[in-house]
Amino acid sequence: MGIPTRHFDALIIGAGGAGLNAALQLAGADLRVAVVSKVFPTRSHTVAAQGGVNAALANMMPDSWHWHMFDTVKGSDYLGDQDAIEFMCREAIPTVYELEHAGVPFSRLDNGKIYQRPFGGQSQNFGGDQAARTCAAADRTGHAILHTLYQQNIRARTHFFDEFFAIDLVRDAEGVICGALVLEIETGEPLLIESKATLLATGGWGQVFRTTSNAHINTGDGAAMALRAGIPLMDMEFFQFHPTGIAGKGMLITEGTRGEGGYLINKDGERFMERYAPRAKDLASRDVVSRAIVTEVKEGRGCGENGDYVMLKLDHLGEAVISKRLPGIRESSQIFAGCDPVIEPIPVFPTAHYAMGGIPTDRFGRVAMPAGHGSEEVVVGLYAAGECACASVHGANRLGGNSLLDILVFGRLAGKDIIEYVRENPYQRAVDSASLDQAMGRLGRWEQKGDGPTVQQLRADFRKCMEDHAGVFRTEEIMTEGYNKLCELRDRLPEVRLTDHSKVFNTARIEALELENMMDVGMSIAVSALHRKESRGAHSRPDYPERDDQTWLKHSLYYQDGDRMDYKPVRTKPLTVESFPPKERVY
Amino acid sequence: MKISVYRYNPDTDTKPRMQDYEVKTFQGMMLRDALLEVKKQDESFSFRHSCGEGVCGSDGVNVNGRNVLACITPITELKEPIQVRPFPGRPVIRDLVVDMTQFYEQYRAVQPYLVRKDPLPEQEILQSPEDRDKLDGLYECILCGCCSTACPSFWWNPEKFHGPAALLQSWRFLADSRDQATEERLDALDGPYKLFRCHSIMNCVEVCPKGLNPTRAIGKIKDLMLDKGV
Repeated sequence: MGIPTRHFDALIIGAGGAGLNAALQLAGADLRVAVVSKVFPTRSHTVAAQGGVNAALANMMPDSWHWHMFDTVKGSDYLGDQDAIEFMCREAIPTVYELEHAGVPFSRLDNGKIYQRPFGGQSQNFGGDQAARTCAAADRTGHAILHTLYQQNIRARTHFFDEFFAIDLVRDAEGVICGALVLEIETGEPLLIESKATLLATGGWGQVFRTTSNAHINTGDGAAMALRAGIPLMDMEFFQFHPTGIAGKGMLITEGTRGEGGYLINKDGERFMERYAPRAKDLASRDVVSRAIVTEVKEGRGCGENGDYVMLKLDHLGEAVISKRLPGIRESSQIFAGCDPVIEPIPVFPTAHYAMGGIPTDRFGRVAMPAGHGSEEVVVGLYAAGECACASVHGANRLGGNSLLDILVFGRLAGKDIIEYVRENPYQRAVDSASLDQAMGRLGRWEQKGDGPTVQQLRADFRKCMEDHAGVFRTEEIMTEGYNKLCELRDRLPEVRLTDHSKVFNTARIEALELENMMDVGMSIAVSALHRKESRGAHSRPDYPERDDQTWLKHSLYYQDGDRMDYKPVRTKPLTVESFPPKERVY
Repeated sequence: MKISVYRYNPDTDTKPRMQDYEVKTFQGMMLRDALLEVKKQDESFSFRHSCGEGVCGSDGVNVNGRNVLACITPITELKEPIQVRPFPGRPVIRDLVVDMTQFYEQYRAVQPYLVRKDPLPEQEILQSPEDRDKLDGLYECILCGCCSTACPSFWWNPEKFHGPAALLQSWRFLADSRDQATEERLDALDGPYKLFRCHSIMNCVEVCPKGLNPTRAIGKIKDLMLDKGV
C-alpha cells in the first residue's frame, strides 16, 4: 500500500476537553501521542460551554461530593451507573483544582477562592436547599478551560494533526484496533496513523437535529466509527433538549442565567415553572424545564405572533450582575435575538443540546461491550471519553455543569489508563490490509461521479426528520413514522453524488463523510427511542407517561447490524457508599 | 441580494477570481448564513466555520475591506455590493481558507501558558477579584486572527513580529497574579521585532470581534519593560 504512515504510542481523535486532558497525561508520561482534530483545537465545541463545571468545593456554602452524587443519580432518573457517578463526583474536586493550577481564569470570591453559582438540579443534604456547585469563569467557562488545556499541551509539546479528518478505525488480523485512517483536509491525502492505543474523544452529534445549540462540527464521527467497527452505542434515546435556546435559532443561553436569578415567563407574564416544579422552580432539571416550555406553547400560552416560544426574564438582576456574570449572554442576545436582557426578556425555546448516550465504556474510559451471558469485555486498545462516550454518568438526563466535569475527569482517567496499557503492550500491531481497504473504500465511494441527490438535500431532509420525530415528546406513531422515513433516507444515501472531486480543502467531501456519520448515529437514536416504552429523563412518551423500573431500569445497546437492540443492567452499586434506590423524581 | 465571493481552487484554477451569487435574505441573517447559502448553490465553495455564535473563531473573513467573524456580522450592516475575500496577508489555500500557520506559531512563541514555580497548594491558588478583573479583556480572545491579519506590521514581518493576538496573550499571562515567569517573558520579548514592531496603528482594536484591545495590552507590556528596566 502506498499510504503514508505515522506511528505513535497513543492516538487521540478529537481535541476538545476530553482529548486534550487525556493528551496532557500522556505527554506528561513521555509517551508519543498524536492528537487528530478536524478543526484547530481551540475551535472544538468545548469552547462553547458557558455556565461552568460542577465540583463540591463548598466555597459558597456547605457541600459534599456525596450530595453531588445524589443529585447526579436523581438527575439521571436513576439510569446512571452509581460507581461511575461516585467516582466522577469525588474526582471533581481535585480536577477543578488541577485546572485552576493550569491557569483557568475562574471568577473569584472576595476571599480569593473560585466563584460557584447555583445550577439546575443541585441540592444540599440529599434533596434539601439549593446548592451552588458550578465553578464558573463568567459565562465563558468552556472557552477558558479549552484554551487553558490547549496552552498546557503546547507546553507539553503534544503532537497535533490539525485539520485532519478521521475516516475509520483500522484493525490487525485478529481484529484488534490499532489506529485510524485519517484525511488531511488541506491536501486531500489519506494518512494512516498506527497506534498502540486509540482514544475516541470526538464529542456529540447535536447536528442530527435541525435546531441545535451544537456547532457545525458536532456530527458524531467517533460514535459512527465505533458503530461501523461493530461496537454498540448505549442509551442513544436519551438526548437532552436544553430549555433555553434562542427561539428559532438554537444558540444556547446558559442555565447560569437562571442560576443567577433569571426566570421563565409565558405570554401572561406568569412564572410558569412554579406550577411544574414548586420547589426548584426554574432550577429544576433540564428535562423537566424543557417539557414545561413545550407544554406551555402547546397549550396556547406561548409568546410572540405565533405563540411558539416563552421568555427568559433577566432585567430584574440589574446591569451590574448581568455584565459581570453573564457578559457573553448579553452579547449573544443582542446579536441573535436583537434584545438586551438588561432591558427586556429573551425569547427562548428548547434546543437540541447534549447526548447522554454514546460509546459504552467502563469508568476507566475503556470501551466495553457485552460478551454473551451477561458478561462484559473490554475492547482491547480502544478508549472513549467525553460526550461521545457513555460511562454512564448522566443516565437519562444530564445535570448542567456535569458535562465539562465528565470530559475532564474521564479524559484524564483514560489518559492515565492508556499509559498503563501501553506499558503492558509495548509493541505495535500490524494493520490488516483488508481493514485498511475498507476504510479507504469509505473515501473512494465519494469519487463516484454522475447524477444523484446532493449532500445538502439529504442532510436537510434528515435533520428535519430527526427534529420532527425524535424531539421532546415522542409517541409510537410519531417515532414509527420517523423510523420509516429514516430508512428511506438511508436507502437514498448511496445515490448521493458529489460534484466537486477536487483534493485541496474540499469541504464538500468532508460534509459528505459527516452526513454518513450523522445518519448512522441518527438511526441509533430513532431505533433506541422506539424500543423504550416508558418515560424516563429526557425520553418522554405521552403514550407511556410513567417510568417503569420493573422493565426498563436498564441500559439500551444499539447495534448497527440489522438495527438490533440489546440491553444491560444499570450498575446501582457505588464504590464505597450506599446505593441510592430509585425514587419518584420531583423538583 | 448579490454577494461577490473570492474563488480560488489550486486544483483547477490558475488564478483567483471574484464570483457573484444571488442569495435570498431573511431577518436576522448573518454573513455566515449568506456564505452557507452560496455553499448550497455551489458545493465547490470552501470556507471554515463551526459554532455559528462567535466563540470558536473559525470563520474570520474580509468583507468590504474589513476583517470580521462571519457568524456575528449581520448582512444588514454591510453595504452592497458585498465583497467577501480571505484574510489579507495570508497565503490562500482555497477560496476563503487561508494558511494560518505563522499566526499560530507566533501564538505558541509567547509561551501562552501559566508558569508556576512555587509548590502547588492542595486547593486553588488564591486570587482576589481585583486581580482576576485584570484578565478581563484578555482571556476572551478566540484566536480568530482578525487582528493580526489586519496589522500592517504583521503583514511585513509575520515571521518576526508576534502580532497583536499573540501579544495580547503574552500580556494575559504577565497580568495574571498567579504567573511566576515575568522576567523570562519580558526577556523573550526583547529585540526590535517581536514586540516593538507594533507602531500603534490600532487596526487590531478596530476589527476585534470580541471588543478586545491588543494595542493597550502591548502598551502595558512596554510599560512593564520600562518599570523592570529590561
